[in-house]
Amino acid sequence: MGLKNFTFFVLRGFYHLTFISQNFGKNSGVFFKFAVTTKIKLNLYIINVLIGGLLFSFTALFALFAVYAERKVSAFIQDRLGPMETGKWGSLQTFADILKMLQKELIVPHVADKLLFAAAPLVIFLSVYMGFAALPWAEDVAPVSLNIGVFYVFAIISVESLGILMAGWGSNNKYSLLGGLRSVAQVVSYEIPAGIALISSVMIAQSLDLHVIGLRQGVASVEAIKFLGIWDVSKTGGVFAWHIFQAPHLIIAYIIYFIASLAECNRAPFDIPEAESELVAGFHTEYTGLRFAFIFLAEYSMMFLVGMLGVILFLGGWNTPLPNIGSVRLADWTSGIGWGFFWTLSKVLLVVGIQMWMRWTLPRLRMDQLMNLCWKVLTPLAFLCMLVSGLWRLMVM
Amino acid sequence: MIIKKTIRALSTAWKGLSLTLKHFFAVKKRRKSVDIKSDNYFEQKEGVVTVQYPKEKIPIPEVGRYQLHVEIDDCIVCDLCAKICPVDCIEIESIKATGPIGQTSDGSTKRLYAAKFDIDMSKCLYCGLCTVVCPTECITMTNQYDRTVFNITDLTYKFSDMTPSEAEEKRKELAKQQAEKQAAKEAAARSADQKKQE
Repeated sequence: MGLKNFTFFVLRGFYHLTFISQNFGKNSGVFFKFAVTTKIKLNLYIINVLIGGLLFSFTALFALFAVYAERKVSAFIQDRLGPMETGKWGSLQTFADILKMLQKELIVPHVADKLLFAAAPLVIFLSVYMGFAALPWAEDVAPVSLNIGVFYVFAIISVESLGILMAGWGSNNKYSLLGGLRSVAQVVSYEIPAGIALISSVMIAQSLDLHVIGLRQGVASVEAIKFLGIWDVSKTGGVFAWHIFQAPHLIIAYIIYFIASLAECNRAPFDIPEAESELVAGFHTEYTGLRFAFIFLAEYSMMFLVGMLGVILFLGGWNTPLPNIGSVRLADWTSGIGWGFFWTLSKVLLVVGIQMWMRWTLPRLRMDQLMNLCWKVLTPLAFLCMLVSGLWRLMVM
Repeated sequence: MIIKKTIRALSTAWKGLSLTLKHFFAVKKRRKSVDIKSDNYFEQKEGVVTVQYPKEKIPIPEVGRYQLHVEIDDCIVCDLCAKICPVDCIEIESIKATGPIGQTSDGSTKRLYAAKFDIDMSKCLYCGLCTVVCPTECITMTNQYDRTVFNITDLTYKFSDMTPSEAEEKRKELAKQQAEKQAAKEAAARSADQKKQE
């Protein structure tokens, strides 16, 4: 019975994905263009495999770094030192941890739903990993240029909650199931304010293509950009050209998106699906070894993914924060593919740092407080932002 | 109502965030160990509290009450420490010497050998009574506190400096002396009897 329902949901989810992925072949263009312009002659399929591998190794390396950073940040906030023994300043601690985890036995509980239990970590990780496919890193550097990029990323992120429910149900453990249920309730609720906040940014950009959205927040823009709707900054660029300064109500939209994205990552103060003090470890209580590592990897990749989506839609993507001032062409000097990677990474890492800072400061919300915040505060505010976006588009821009 | 609540939520959240940020950047400072009698003992509110034992150690007084130590050369094997110990962690076996065998550093004469002087530190409750009753002050508590061992029998400290063969030798000597004394006594008694009969 349960399995049937799940298969139905999974199939429906993947039906949407296959529908979207039909556009993949046609649109592998942007990165391909980058490859061609840099005189790299590679078979398209080799490029595809290569990019997949690159993205995977990036998420893995980022997760290793982020776990270490998280432990250090939490330690510093609590007046401790954190890992200090393995390597200089404990820098090899997470490598040691993952080595240990790879050697662990994969334990499947006796009464678990074996198929769901084994598939859940993969579904959780894959949904996050596939989200990276559409995100641009610099000008003309994106794994896939999808004309519905925002929609695709948002759709594929929500598949993660399916994986979490699979893990919770498949474990056949009341705490895991409670964790899974809480997670789904939370993710589904918070998708609404997050989505509406994203739409209010999309309305300003007039495109669902993440690459185009990024282009319209910097000196490379072909359209006129107005700082606060009055001052033309198309040639000045810098921080003034970012969406949140093109239309100041997007600052509120970004805050809404940021709060909602914390909830979608299941991170504190919205970590009730894992609530250690109530549910052991929530949906991943029963997982060991490599499967647990995948869930962990997905959690940290998700932090980067939602951070990067917010950066592209609100904080100028790969565009430099430095403006051109007269003959001091700071924006022109700090633009380009290398700089694009640098700015994307540094902005996203800053956002991830804020996520960690929040986690180690704020206490966990109760379930009713969580729903209150989502439905009574964030959702109306997000709708208001969308309304203002429409008016802004009609009257100011 | 909801606006007021939202503003309060944001401002209290910011208060917490600024507090944690302050602690985050205070990580370069380390808390120093200050005497508890000092006036600003509670004034150190920032900085790392971690002590990276065993690389760093918290200073402890020289007269700390941690591990027991016995200066066996000063011991007169009076057994007082073993008698007063509330948990019976001290075990002493004495052998009478054939005569005075020397003096302790405070001038008491030693007349007993300590064939066995074992202290089981896993039983000890660190009350310090044994150090109080010791007439020669040979049993003391030191400032050594880290005596981690892999085998619990290693926590039984053996302070006797006699080998089993030496102890056996002393026992034989004592038995011989006692036998001689006994023989002398018997001979004396016999000769006294003979005198009576005569």
